[in-house]
Amino acid sequence: MLGVLFSGGKDSVFACKRAMENDSVVCLITIVSENEDSYMFHTPNVQRADLIAEAMGLPLLTWPTEGEEEVELLDLRDAIAAAKKRYGIEGVVTGAIESVYQAARVQRICRDLDLWCYNPLWQIDQVEYLRLLVSEGFEVIITGVFAYPLDESWVGARIDDCLIRKLEALQKMYKINPSGEGGELETFVLDGPIFRKRIEILKARKTYENYRGRLFIEEARLVDK
Amino acid sequence: MILIVDLCREAESLSKYEFVDPIANSVRRAGSEYEVVHFTELTEDLIERSDRIILCGTALKDDLYARRIDLFSWIKDLEKPLLGICAGMQVMAAVFGGEIVPQPKIGLEKIEIVKETPLLGQPREIEGYHLHNFGVTLPPGFDLVGGGADRIEGFKHARRPIYGIIFHPEVRNRWIVERFVNL
Repeated sequence: MLGVLFSGGKDSVFACKRAMENDSVVCLITIVSENEDSYMFHTPNVQRADLIAEAMGLPLLTWPTEGEEEVELLDLRDAIAAAKKRYGIEGVVTGAIESVYQAARVQRICRDLDLWCYNPLWQIDQVEYLRLLVSEGFEVIITGVFAYPLDESWVGARIDDCLIRKLEALQKMYKINPSGEGGELETFVLDGPIFRKRIEILKARKTYENYRGRLFIEEARLVDK
Repeated sequence: MILIVDLCREAESLSKYEFVDPIANSVRRAGSEYEVVHFTELTEDLIERSDRIILCGTALKDDLYARRIDLFSWIKDLEKPLLGICAGMQVMAAVFGGEIVPQPKIGLEKIEIVKETPLLGQPREIEGYHLHNFGVTLPPGFDLVGGGADRIEGFKHARRPIYGIIFHPEVRNRWIVERFVNL
């Protein structure tokens, strides 16, 4: 029985899919950080993780943190301990790809709580991974851009083959991490093979200035597939 | 063909994505063919057909491999290049008469390469990712290649191309896998 550290972004959703293929996922765990620049936690639209959890038919445990560096780890530890107590999880799944900072900290927490730790996207080739996401039927939009030369057109764009080719070109020219592992991009998942219902955005607000842009989902609903 | 041995507690586990696939991808990028097999499914034929063998690491909480050392006795007489990573190194130590000892470590750490070898190159300092609850003692007939006697980071059989490293080369040190493939 596993709990998935869950932001609503593509990495935690895809990690959840892999976990569901191998084991039983009994809850999603979302840390809601007040710090937009958190080292540990994905922030844009994380408040909407509840909608994705409902679309996937999984219970969501949300846990607040002020997002102070290192102190937020105590909050994460408490959240995971609460999931262990409430749902009986035996292990934790993360969507970490390259970040040793994040992965090592979650590993230590799991060791201290006597839990298994799984990182099923660890060191995956980022372009191959994006292609896999699309080919497996995930509908992913970009809800945050935080790097040159990503202009306003990227905010709200859907990840498809054309966009992956652009990211691949940017990787060669500007060393952008194609899946945003370096914090260049944040994403939100609207649909996928593990979704019972898909998410429809009814109202969203875009902000963009100086290569930093965000899409705030203000109203959304679940729709039958 | 490079034989990549999965040491996780069961075949096709969730941990395989983390501890086996990154090694397989490094081998693929180095231009070599490979086959992946779970340690409980190894056959003499597979070992015979392979040119080189890699024993992969496992999740921190996984220790089944250490309770099935009997399944690795074939290592003792192996003349082919062999690389043991983390759990793989622990297995090698146990087979050759060393010990698996409690020595937990998680995260990036400096590693002192203390002896020149074809795999790790000249003595110098590198940085490697650690994820283990256990380390090893130096088995008879092996040379210390990295770290110190109380914290062995790497060893090599004195005569044969048999190497063990306790850190995970898939993180920031893929060159080690690529070099092993071309040894």
